[in-house]
Amino acid sequence: MFLPGLLIVVPLLAALLVFCIRSGGARNFITIIAAVATMALSVATAATYLGQPCFVSLPGELPSTVIMAVDIIVALAIFYYTMVKFKRCWIGLLELLQLAMILWFEHGAGHGIKVAADLAIDNFAVIMVLIAGIIGSLIAIFSNGYMEEFQKEHPEVEDRRPFFFFVIFLFLSAMFGLVLSNNLLFMYTFWEITSFSSFLLIGYTQTEEAINNSFKALWMNLLGGVAFAAAIVWLGVQYQTVELSALLKLGQGAKPVEMIVALLVFCGFTKAAMMPFSGWLLGAMVAPTPTSALLHSSTMVKAGVFLIIKLCPLLGVNHAGMMTMFVGGITFFFASCAAISQSDGKRVLAYSTISNLGLIVLCAGIGSYAAAWTAVMLVIFHAISKSLMFLSVGTAEQQLESRNIESFDGMFCALPNLARCMIIGICGMFLAPFGMLISKWAAMKSVADAGNPVLLLMLAFGSATTLFYWTKWLGKIAAYVPAEKSREPGIHGVQWLALKALSILTILACVAFPLLSQHGVTPYVSAIYNTTADVISRSNLLIMSVMAVLIVLLPLGFSAGQKQKMVVTNLAGENTGDNLSYRGVAGKTVQVSLRNWYLEDWFGEAKMQRYGFGLSLLCMILAFAMMGGGVFHV
Amino acid sequence: MCDMAVNIGNIVLGIAYLVLAPLIGGLLAGIDRKISARMQRRVGPPIMQPFYDVFKLWDKQPVAVNKAQRFYIRGFLLFAVLSGFFFFAHGDLLLVIFTLTIASVCFVIAAYASNSPYSQVGAERELAQTMAYEPMMLLVALGFYLHCGTFDAKEIVQSSAMNFIYMPGIFIGLCYILLIKFRKSPFDLSMSHEVHQELIQGALTEISGPTLAMIELAHWYENVLLLGFVYLFFTWSPVWSPVVGLAMCAFTYFSDIVVDNCCSRVKWEHMLSSAWVVTLVAGFANVAFLMYMR
Repeated sequence: MFLPGLLIVVPLLAALLVFCIRSGGARNFITIIAAVATMALSVATAATYLGQPCFVSLPGELPSTVIMAVDIIVALAIFYYTMVKFKRCWIGLLELLQLAMILWFEHGAGHGIKVAADLAIDNFAVIMVLIAGIIGSLIAIFSNGYMEEFQKEHPEVEDRRPFFFFVIFLFLSAMFGLVLSNNLLFMYTFWEITSFSSFLLIGYTQTEEAINNSFKALWMNLLGGVAFAAAIVWLGVQYQTVELSALLKLGQGAKPVEMIVALLVFCGFTKAAMMPFSGWLLGAMVAPTPTSALLHSSTMVKAGVFLIIKLCPLLGVNHAGMMTMFVGGITFFFASCAAISQSDGKRVLAYSTISNLGLIVLCAGIGSYAAAWTAVMLVIFHAISKSLMFLSVGTAEQQLESRNIESFDGMFCALPNLARCMIIGICGMFLAPFGMLISKWAAMKSVADAGNPVLLLMLAFGSATTLFYWTKWLGKIAAYVPAEKSREPGIHGVQWLALKALSILTILACVAFPLLSQHGVTPYVSAIYNTTADVISRSNLLIMSVMAVLIVLLPLGFSAGQKQKMVVTNLAGENTGDNLSYRGVAGKTVQVSLRNWYLEDWFGEAKMQRYGFGLSLLCMILAFAMMGGGVFHV
Repeated sequence: MCDMAVNIGNIVLGIAYLVLAPLIGGLLAGIDRKISARMQRRVGPPIMQPFYDVFKLWDKQPVAVNKAQRFYIRGFLLFAVLSGFFFFAHGDLLLVIFTLTIASVCFVIAAYASNSPYSQVGAERELAQTMAYEPMMLLVALGFYLHCGTFDAKEIVQSSAMNFIYMPGIFIGLCYILLIKFRKSPFDLSMSHEVHQELIQGALTEISGPTLAMIELAHWYENVLLLGFVYLFFTWSPVWSPVVGLAMCAFTYFSDIVVDNCCSRVKWEHMLSSAWVVTLVAGFANVAFLMYMR
């Protein structure tokens, strides 16, 4: 009880502190202390509660009053930005709508509802706390060095670092609150805070593009918020409860809660950037890299899938479940196709995030024991590898002055250590024996068991396209282009700290995969489904672990073997000797430059978006129409 | 005790693969060259020629364009061997396919690493080939899972009727992508044994000597493993059924040689679209049927 409270309060205090203190040195010091404290607290929480789920009820009127007050404050802040400062009133209306619903509910139907458990600290919540706590804090530490450089490189951007770190810590605090809540009214409040914080972070640079994109993120997430509020009101009015655990019990007791579940899932879609709401996540790229890393890996989008996975037992072969599966599957496939045609490193990462979230949502939609296990596993591995990827790309962008993958060739020689981090990240994203792939394995099994051939096909094709865009990128990094000098000294010490910690974490998670499953994920899933089973047999997990160790050890033998005679490569004419130019027609020296392959005609972004948006929108409309029909007939 | 015996049996089979696969693979390559030569009214090299070639390559002075290349090729060989070992020691089919995928990624990266234009074209084509066959490979494993309820090769060969009867569509799909995996025309885009249709040497442009020998060896291992997948379709519980399985492996390999000699290389667009269409039509119809049967 004490620990979860601290977990929310400490980042909040840190946020206020960094906002008030204007001296750069003191701020750096406080961010690092606060990040370390948050990390330690999340580990302590994990140590206390892992394997010992507990429900906590907060006594008295005070907590709900505070939550109400926060709701109103956030709403006022949103009104200020939408109606006063930037004059986009219709977005403010979305907020007004949900605030009205919540206030009406609190003072009317919801007033007398007794809440048995406000907080639920189960293994899944603990895992999410660890993800947000460790990865989020590492990103905060990284930002320290990164933002310093960022401000130097972009003198036109106003230095609002106190504000930046304020929002980062506010975000972390809200994220902890969100994953620990069982009372949906609490969760809704934290949900709103994360939506609002992401709006602030995306708009950091205050360029026109940034402002437009931040409003895009805001309206999409507020739309989700409206669905959330509607779900709370519906649940409260019909069943006199506002607890997530009670909703699960109602659903498992065959009560008709489908519409409520579908509304919550819809809300999850907006936050998890499922198509057609993927636009805001792509737009978030305009913000400084740590923002993207935070939104993509450990917080924002993970909150969306967190809610959907929590609802897992109620999904499956019903309208809400079908909608979840298909929207997830469609997003997985089309986003991974769109990633092929992108050359901007951050956009590739964004599409890969969207696609992986699609996979997670697909698993959650299937709703079986194995699928739930897979979904949680995917969340863990995606969080670690994706944050590593974002921080690596951000660092490379600063050193190479471009985040285009085309300019990454030669990284292997110019930035060897950074290239190593990036290779670990990429391998973690798609290659066996790393976690993402093991999870995909389990996903295939669950989809096959669910008996849906269309989804199986999406999974098989999506895996192939995923392989294509990652390997393409890997090839670009591995390309051996001799460099004049190492560019690594330019990288800040705290940046290395975060990068190395995440690389080690990625490898550790892969090697310790069986332990992670046994002590973390399996107990949670077993408790929810009242059964236990091995999703992937122990012997296979062991083989994968051994293979992971093997892959880590292999580079030690990098230069072993006979001495090789070095020669120049075969170019279109006589190589001038450095592999970078050749003597072409009429003795002219021609520079060699190689470009990657993007298959625009096949996988063009606009085309993929058109199909993806259309199909997933169709799924949602159909599902809601069918449920609506059902509700009003009964 | 029984478990132990089975385990030891599996490992013996796995080790047998490690020793015999290069012999069988090399022989198959020799037979391939002989048959192709006869189809083209040539005498052709001796059956043992592939072995002579590899030994000769092995003895050459190691020449490379950079230090990284050999490392990736070793990875290719290691994981190709490992995936075959998993298969014959009765591992999980998905594990086998994933390991095989690592092997092909290593090969592609090796080609990318040399940073030469011809090599990169080869790497990209190889990657397009991987993208073309990957969905079907996964559907093969999932098809067996749907039909037999397991990914375990040992149980699959013990099923009560010939698996092919229930999975003809998936078998057709597998045969189609085998043309890509065996690097046969019309799908030998990334590297080809036919000089007249090759862009310098495709993905192999910058690779020579012992490193090239390793690639050849890895392909032999890989080919035997792929024929193992064909074997799974035609072997079931009776003791004599392995004969059928082996005969069908031989037949499939022969058919691929015939196709190889009848076709010239197609554009990558045709390869990708046709492979995906075959996967969509044959694979999907069959998978839907299997799901309906369950």
